[in-house]
Amino acid sequence: MLDITKQSLTELVENIKNKKLSSTDVTKAFIQRSEKSSELNAYITDDFTLALDKAKKFDQNPNLDLKLPGIPMAVKDLFCTKNVKTTAGSKILNNFVPTYESTVTENIWNEGAILLGKLNCDEFAMGSSNETSHFGNVQNPIDKNLVPGGSSGGSASAVAGQLTPITIGTDTGGSIRQPASFTGIVGLKPTYGSCSRYGIVAFASSLDQAGPMAQNVKDCALLQEVISTYDPKDSTSINFKRNHYSKELTKNIKGKKIGIPKEYRVDGMPKEIEDLWQKGIQYVKDCGAETIDISLPHTSYALPTYYIVAPAEASSNLARYDGVKYGYRAKGENLIDMYEKTRSEGFGAEVQRRIMIGTYVLSSGYYDAYYLKAQKVRKLIKNDFDEAYKKVDAILTPSTPSSAFKIGEKTNDPVSMYLNDIFTVPVNLAGLPGISIPAGHDTKGYPLGLQIIGKAFDEQNILNIAFAMEEKINFKNKITDWWIK
Amino acid sequence: MNKKNTEYLINRKDNQYEVVIGLEVHAQVLSESKLFSSSSTKFGAEPNTQVSLVDAAFPGMLPVINEFCIKQAIKTGIGLNAKINKRSVFDRKNYFYADLPQGYQISQFKDPIVGEGKVILDMPNGQKEVGIERLHLEQDAGKSIHDLDPQNTFVDLNRSGVALMEIVSKPDLRSPDEVNAYIKKLRSIMRYLGTCDGNMQEGSLRADVNVSVRPKGSKEFGTRCEIKNVNSIKFMQMAIEYEANRQVDLIEEGKTIDQETRLFDTKKNETRSMRSKEDAHDYRYFPDPDLLPLEVSEKFIEELKNDIPELPDDKKKRFIEEFKLSPYEANILVSDIDIAKYFEEVVAKMGKNKDIKLAVNWITGELFAILNSKGLEISQSPVSAKNFAILINLIKNGTISGKIAKTVFELMIDGDKDPQKIVQEKGLKQQSDPKALEALIDKIINENREKAIEYKQGKEKLFGFFVGQAMKASGGKANPQLINEILKKKL
Repeated sequence: MLDITKQSLTELVENIKNKKLSSTDVTKAFIQRSEKSSELNAYITDDFTLALDKAKKFDQNPNLDLKLPGIPMAVKDLFCTKNVKTTAGSKILNNFVPTYESTVTENIWNEGAILLGKLNCDEFAMGSSNETSHFGNVQNPIDKNLVPGGSSGGSASAVAGQLTPITIGTDTGGSIRQPASFTGIVGLKPTYGSCSRYGIVAFASSLDQAGPMAQNVKDCALLQEVISTYDPKDSTSINFKRNHYSKELTKNIKGKKIGIPKEYRVDGMPKEIEDLWQKGIQYVKDCGAETIDISLPHTSYALPTYYIVAPAEASSNLARYDGVKYGYRAKGENLIDMYEKTRSEGFGAEVQRRIMIGTYVLSSGYYDAYYLKAQKVRKLIKNDFDEAYKKVDAILTPSTPSSAFKIGEKTNDPVSMYLNDIFTVPVNLAGLPGISIPAGHDTKGYPLGLQIIGKAFDEQNILNIAFAMEEKINFKNKITDWWIK
Repeated sequence: MNKKNTEYLINRKDNQYEVVIGLEVHAQVLSESKLFSSSSTKFGAEPNTQVSLVDAAFPGMLPVINEFCIKQAIKTGIGLNAKINKRSVFDRKNYFYADLPQGYQISQFKDPIVGEGKVILDMPNGQKEVGIERLHLEQDAGKSIHDLDPQNTFVDLNRSGVALMEIVSKPDLRSPDEVNAYIKKLRSIMRYLGTCDGNMQEGSLRADVNVSVRPKGSKEFGTRCEIKNVNSIKFMQMAIEYEANRQVDLIEEGKTIDQETRLFDTKKNETRSMRSKEDAHDYRYFPDPDLLPLEVSEKFIEELKNDIPELPDDKKKRFIEEFKLSPYEANILVSDIDIAKYFEEVVAKMGKNKDIKLAVNWITGELFAILNSKGLEISQSPVSAKNFAILINLIKNGTISGKIAKTVFELMIDGDKDPQKIVQEKGLKQQSDPKALEALIDKIINENREKAIEYKQGKEKLFGFFVGQAMKASGGKANPQLINEILKKKL
């Protein structure tokens, strides 16, 4: 049989259900590979001992009707996991062990999956390269000293490097899709309100959304089916009829209308990205879909809008990390001194930068000019999509304006770093679902992704389009296991 | 109506100043659980025993609106004759403090749940209308305890997240007395509605008091100062008096008043500057992205309207019409829901041949006196409304005299005894048998022949003497009316 860790989630589920593999076999294999992969620095915390115990327990009395029977899985360290340290990549939560479980991870364990450990990420999910993590850089399995993207960098690296069969990330401005694109995997950002935010360390509440990151579209659909539930504990969770995404998955996209937005052809975009996009257009046509040129006129305002809304919410969401109740606390002369020391020692530079931006845009006298204006523009961006969806069923764009870059390359140039999110951010602002699928390689041999954006609650449609394209693209990730000890 | 006589003015040499007051009352919503979590709101529990993960702002925790608190706020709005806003928004008010776990308070800033309304006050010189600017919902903070340890501050989060209604008045109040009446009226309305218990000792009702002064007759407002968090009516009145005089003194000295936040020192009876306008916090209000705007339907509001009990103003009107009470009497009876309840139960239990005036006199007289002396609320009355009604009926139908009734009443207090039993057991029944009384009176006249003659010769004062003798001889049980009649006949 094929090496266990090279199998897709769907194959592993199949093999466990057919009793060709036990949960213990599978769990052991991923633990062993994870242990040999410390150089990737994908994990912040491992839970291997307990994972193996759980796998053995599962095998003693296996419930094979579950969707993820005995499947080991590592998750982004932004999800609170009961009795397992949850850091959000920050020093300020360095010692934080939740007594509760996020709804999304709860859903996963309820379907039989087993926690392998917690995956590295940018601090509080603020970053596009995983370089802001307090726990160090994550290596991209594609090449040494290449960033895996961010903020779900550890998640992307772990899936691409086969340390976990599948994982979940969170996406506030592209944090699932951009690293998926950089590492040659599939990443879905669901519709806002599809997956509960309960128990996920908040970055920007009106944008945050959890989603699956997988080796292929089918795996992605299966995990989306598990994690997307209505949750009364999250007031922004939406009670809509959810599909059985994996069962209903089809490659038949004949007659679908796919929009190609001209505004995504940005200045200075490398030719290989443009070429990839054109190839993508050909692929969807080959699948029997029709492409239509559309306009999303406010696209260029998306990035500045995002960098007002997200920091504003973050500045408030992160106020609770004050050293009083839990997490890191510095000694201080008095309360204010303790606050200042705790927060300047506990938060990294990028988080502090965003707290300051957010505090500034909400300040009296600036609120109308920044935050309120940004909310208005956000509405216009949403309206653009609404207009477009009168004509098309989905929209095809590149996932990122470039392939993965070297560690340290953009550290001192935050604006250039922020530009990475240019194609993904509008989707979050509009609350829409978007999926990134690997679609080719650049001249360096690094993977490149294409993004399919759907109507709200229309995950099934973009999964189907991705599923159809996936077959045509026939992408093969070039992983050499260079890091394995 | 002579308004001038009761006007509250501050006099200096040649100038008279009017005081302008507006209140921001914080009323704790009467509810089992908190505004955004299911923790208990019970007062007086051990510190930090009523704290959920949401209240303590653990990572990833999210607020979920408690529908009951929304209903309570809307009901209060209806009770204040106010506009109910079908769409309201919860905002975050951002500031750092040890007892504010989230680093922000969830409140309503631009779009409150209740808009403009009004409250009618009964003042000695007539009615006064006070405008309500708005009512909004917000979370309470926790409590910092500074005096348990010389080095450390302790934080109790039991109160963190408890629902408060902030009721903002227009600057319509003009005197400490009006403030007193306003707070009492608000409290009364909310207690009728069951939306706030109004318990000021437990902090269920507290207020920020905005005070400014202006020359009498001026139409423009002076610069105001806000006195924070005053928790008794008496302190509010004292603070206003001090603050208004302080401001007048500044004006008289040709100085200006700084707009600022002040604290009232109850021990020194003075207000002190807490922070100036320049130091005012920038709260960076913005809509809470964890909560969608709150939308309520017309039907939802209508159903709550149908649920509103008779409120003090309507009850007062009915008491005056139905029971022929004076406005003064009616006011006393409706001012507190429990007094009104007691009174109405007494009326109901008195049956057909009832004497409501007598009952009112006895409630406001004997009953209030006993409650006062024992420090009890009417809800804890040692005499039940049922037995109280029986007692009034015993007086009314002549079974006992008013005087004997006082003795009976005192015996009833111990264990809520049935007055009929007391009368029977102690033989206190009024003597109303004319023959027996005639014999008794004959005997007294015989024993006091000389005085009887003096009376007949015109010394009418002596009539009282005979009444007294007769009552004494009967052990106080003789029917005084009959005694009078018989004496007049016999003398």
